[in-house]
Amino acid sequence: MNKIILFIYLLFPTLLLSQNSEETLRWAADAESGAPYVFQDPRIPTKLIGFEVDIINAISKEMGVEHNHFQNQWDGLIPGLKRNDYDIAINGLEITEDRKKEVAFSIPYYITFQQIVVRATSEDIKDLDGLEEKKVGTLKASLAERILKEHGYINVKTYDSEASSYEDLKNGRLDAVLIDEPVAKYYAGWNPALKLTGDPIGEVVYGIVMRKQDTILQNSINVAITKLITSGKLREILEQWDMWNYMVAVYLDDKTTSNIKPTKYNQFLDSRKVDLTFDDYVDRYIGYLPILGEAALTTIILSILSMIVAVFLGLIIALTKVYAPKPIAFLATAYIEIIRGTPLLIQLFFIYYALPSLGLNLNPFTAAILGLGLNYSAYEAENYRAGLYSVPKGQMEAAISLGMTRRQALKHIIIPQAIRLVIPPVTNDFISLLKDTSLVSVIAMAELTKRYLELSATYYDYIGTGIIVAIIYLLIGLPFVKLSKYVENKYSLEKGNK
Amino acid sequence: MVQLENIKKGLITEPLIQIRNLHKYFGNNHILKGIHLEVEKGQLISIIGRSGCGKTTLLRCLNCLEILDEGSIKVGNLELTRTNNKKLVEQNATNIRKTVGMPFINSIEENKLNQDFKLKAHKLRTKVGMLFQGLNLFPNFTVLENITIAPKIVQGKDVGTSEDEAIKLLAKVGMEEYIDRRPNQLSGGQAQRVAIARALAMNPMVMLYDEPTSALDPELVDEVIKVMTSLNKDGMTQLVVTHSMNFAKNASDLVVFMDKGKIIEMSPPEEMFSNPKDDRTKDYLKLLSV
Repeated sequence: MNKIILFIYLLFPTLLLSQNSEETLRWAADAESGAPYVFQDPRIPTKLIGFEVDIINAISKEMGVEHNHFQNQWDGLIPGLKRNDYDIAINGLEITEDRKKEVAFSIPYYITFQQIVVRATSEDIKDLDGLEEKKVGTLKASLAERILKEHGYINVKTYDSEASSYEDLKNGRLDAVLIDEPVAKYYAGWNPALKLTGDPIGEVVYGIVMRKQDTILQNSINVAITKLITSGKLREILEQWDMWNYMVAVYLDDKTTSNIKPTKYNQFLDSRKVDLTFDDYVDRYIGYLPILGEAALTTIILSILSMIVAVFLGLIIALTKVYAPKPIAFLATAYIEIIRGTPLLIQLFFIYYALPSLGLNLNPFTAAILGLGLNYSAYEAENYRAGLYSVPKGQMEAAISLGMTRRQALKHIIIPQAIRLVIPPVTNDFISLLKDTSLVSVIAMAELTKRYLELSATYYDYIGTGIIVAIIYLLIGLPFVKLSKYVENKYSLEKGNK
Repeated sequence: MVQLENIKKGLITEPLIQIRNLHKYFGNNHILKGIHLEVEKGQLISIIGRSGCGKTTLLRCLNCLEILDEGSIKVGNLELTRTNNKKLVEQNATNIRKTVGMPFINSIEENKLNQDFKLKAHKLRTKVGMLFQGLNLFPNFTVLENITIAPKIVQGKDVGTSEDEAIKLLAKVGMEEYIDRRPNQLSGGQAQRVAIARALAMNPMVMLYDEPTSALDPELVDEVIKVMTSLNKDGMTQLVVTHSMNFAKNASDLVVFMDKGKIIEMSPPEEMFSNPKDDRTKDYLKLLSV
């Protein structure tokens, strides 16, 4: 374990220290959270836009600092903040008593309500009571979820992303969705298949979260927000996104009317044009390429480095299990069983979120490689063990009787023969690892699958984007399959003329 | 006989191999029950006996593929001695249980030995070459590499020297034309001849053979035996476990008959086969209708 960490240290000395700069506001949001919060500009997918991006821009301008976006899964925003991956998070996070126990909030920057959305054809649902006995979707750990559960008699289904809840509503898997009003407006308001129904429910107050001890930062953020309020900048941003509502007006005590045009909302609606020509699609998909290319590169690098860790660590574990004295061999067996018997997802969470409290704070990249590498090392160890066992016993005896030590015999005679036998299963595992890299998006790594989810949330296009991403995965895997065939032939004993 | 001439010349004052009171247990099975054996330099000794009589174990103890439990083995001036006690035997029994399913010999048992003993055992192996019943050439190497690998990594010889010596040895066993072949391109007889050359490359004082021809087709047996008799002429000391009475009768200087973990009789082949002394030897030879 220590060796591996050391090995990674040697490889990537710079990656381990999370950049800590005084002049930069490190903020986090999930780009998959979609419009109008933080999402990819449909025209330039590499650029993030949204009303929260505008707010961050304005705040950092007030504070006179640069800002730097950190991508993290919405669920992970607060854990990541506590890990010191970034200093603030803004992503439609409601100010709740539960969250206040864990983190500090700024003063509110937006207030809204819960909105029921149904299919355009639906007639019977008008309010919360109408949702009884129905299947209702909402976001995980949101106020809407609590409202629905407290109301009772409602079959609540929770989702990670609002986009998928709307897909399910359209497909008839849900009868209604209860969600923050801006989401409803941006996802369902313009969609002919869906409609908003009923009166506003509840009150949702968004604040920026910070670590509790960062009181100075909290103070300067609050000062900045206050300035945005008094200068009218906040209203300008909200009007541009067409998000000004009576609740915000009451909160800001601003009863005036405004002639600011909802330019950004209109741009968003334009990007929702349903009738795209073939050329539009081609243009859009070409626009994906930089972002998917970068993500694919991340996926490839992650896979290769994790596999290197897995292959070498696995060999050490297999040799330990087969040859070491009993107590040590038992440790190897225990390691294999624990790693194989627990989900990779939990191991990743453990490494990323639990280890910092034990004093080991790894950056996402290192944590991802360590997580995948440790996980696959258990499988590789078992592959090797099978390979070692299938080398005939006589080979070791012959080597020893020639005066070789056990170590020399392993190195020169047994392992080279075992390698030939384990190449196919190891290749298999590599392909499988390549796909398992999709899991590391939970620890703030933006790899291929994460980008797929973000892009589909931006464009509402799961099919086209999905096919492109699937093809990229295939293309990444193929060269490695070829390489393994080549190595297999190279180690083959046949040499074609037995 | 070669050794007689040597003794006359005063080159040898004592037997090359001296085995005293050798015991070996596999769990509760007492396999070798006090073996005494002395072998003069240059002799070819055939060891015969029923399956399970301990003859293979005796060879494996001589090469430390099995570690003796009690007694002493002396080859040249290197002596391995162990005194038995009950605890050791019990330990050994549990070790055997642990090693069930282990692919490789007594690694656990060996871990318990002290460093000095391990070092001696390792030295002994380099002085004793062994040929196995199965075809144990390394399939991932060519014929030449099979022979040079051990001199290179064990003795630290350079590539040129080890290859020159290997080619000479291959010529000796009549395999010099096959240096670039892979083991799976050889017949069984050819593979065993290469295996002999491989063992000889370590300059052993003694060669051990565990049924070297029993895995071979009958027409391939002779080529291997020819190599062994030619080594005998060169003065190599050889111990051969064999089921072939023809081989024992025609090729060996002395024949040893073992039964139930003990040496029953040891005599020149003419005497062993025409006039066995012990009843157990008689029964065995009668059984084989020799």
